[in-house]
Amino acid sequence: MSAAPTIAIIDYGSGNLHSAHKAFERAAREAGSDARVSVTSDPDAVRRAERIVLPGVGAFADCRRGLNAVPGMVEALEETVRGRGRPFLGICVGMQLLATRGLEYETTPGLDWIGGDVAAITPADTALKIPHMGWNTLDVRRAHPLLAGIPTGADGWHAYFVHSYALTPADADDLVAVTDYGGPVTAAVASDNIAGTQFHPEKSQKLGLALIKNFIGWRP
Amino acid sequence: MLKIRVIPCLDVKDGRVVKGVKFLDLRDAGDPVEWAIAYDAAGADELCFLDITASHEDRGILLDVVQRTAEACFMPLTVGGGVRTVDDIRALLLAGADKVSINTAAVKNRDFVKEAAEKFGDQCIVVAIDAKAVGPGRWEIFTHGGRNATGIEAIAFAREVVSLGAGELLVTSMDKDGTRSGYDLALMRAIADAVSVPVIASGGVGTLDDLVAGVREGHASAVLAASIFHFGQHSVGEAKRHMAAAGLPMRLDT
Repeated sequence: MSAAPTIAIIDYGSGNLHSAHKAFERAAREAGSDARVSVTSDPDAVRRAERIVLPGVGAFADCRRGLNAVPGMVEALEETVRGRGRPFLGICVGMQLLATRGLEYETTPGLDWIGGDVAAITPADTALKIPHMGWNTLDVRRAHPLLAGIPTGADGWHAYFVHSYALTPADADDLVAVTDYGGPVTAAVASDNIAGTQFHPEKSQKLGLALIKNFIGWRP
Repeated sequence: MLKIRVIPCLDVKDGRVVKGVKFLDLRDAGDPVEWAIAYDAAGADELCFLDITASHEDRGILLDVVQRTAEACFMPLTVGGGVRTVDDIRALLLAGADKVSINTAAVKNRDFVKEAAEKFGDQCIVVAIDAKAVGPGRWEIFTHGGRNATGIEAIAFAREVVSLGAGELLVTSMDKDGTRSGYDLALMRAIADAVSVPVIASGGVGTLDDLVAGVREGHASAVLAASIFHFGQHSVGEAKRHMAAAGLPMRLDT
């Protein structure tokens, strides 16, 4: 039996995990890691994993319901991520679920691992389209190992975003990076071993692969 | 700042690229996956596959193409053509498409847009609008490659599908498609200004200046083109540099 550490990508029925799976596999290979990447809905696999990834697309409430519908998953996450401090990455709505509450369509409780609400983006320039869809740069608010070696700022690399809602952390220290869309919009958050990106690293070409490699090597 | 997207579109029939000619150094110029990898490397901001396979029974071939593309390219992929049911959408998303474009099915049944958006999220539902001018400032929706008139007014239709949950519109002028005389800028602008979601301009690109005009005068958030890229007239990188030189915000760090 292989004793290789695993990266568990949680499958709770929220969209396609194929590209996330492939992107993590490629990043692991390029980083020289022997980690095995598994897509799973088994809470015990999450408990055994060295690192945990929570993706998510669609509406906040649907994703929350989907996560709750996997027996024992929220408990396994609480125990493994919060209790045992395993590195965790939330992606898009998987990142938004870290918040205290989601305000999309209805008020829905999040995991409350990063205090704050997920609310509609309201760009100052009303001509800007919603969803915020496409490639945008990052402005760092707090240096973080996940962004190590990634050029940021207006001339930096780009990340791929698709969202209409954003998490505003209650504690400014949890804000790692923003992107500019008619004002600052949260792009990445982190607190201890817990991190999340609003953009899709698995769709963000070289920035995404660099960030995933950083996550694979992250020792919070 | 959000960048303008350049989206090459490939017509795929029975799992093979049609219309393309061999100009890139591809081992197999008919393989959509090879094109996808080449466009990815050239800096395409997204990729679009339009499936024109006649038979719905041969769907498995397209799903295989989508799956192999998603394994090789870490960039957003939209797939359209023959999308009729929620199961069609689910199959494409599970194969690795990020967005699915709905055309005739949305015209026939608007509730399909709502059902799809509620099930999979607005962000992955693109409604493809094929329109033809029927008078000054008036366009109608056509289906079946511009052959079938529907009598539906295009701008009202655009507003309606957005209210039902379309996250993006792919607007093609059937008057301009294939003419290489530029986008129907009045159509693009009329729709882009009428809806809150991003509009992708399509149909008629002949020069790189047409791409600039699609954004500046057509108010599109993204520009789609097929033949200028496939026939080697211009590379995606050239297109993006040209648009940047014209003052548009482009992603050039690829």
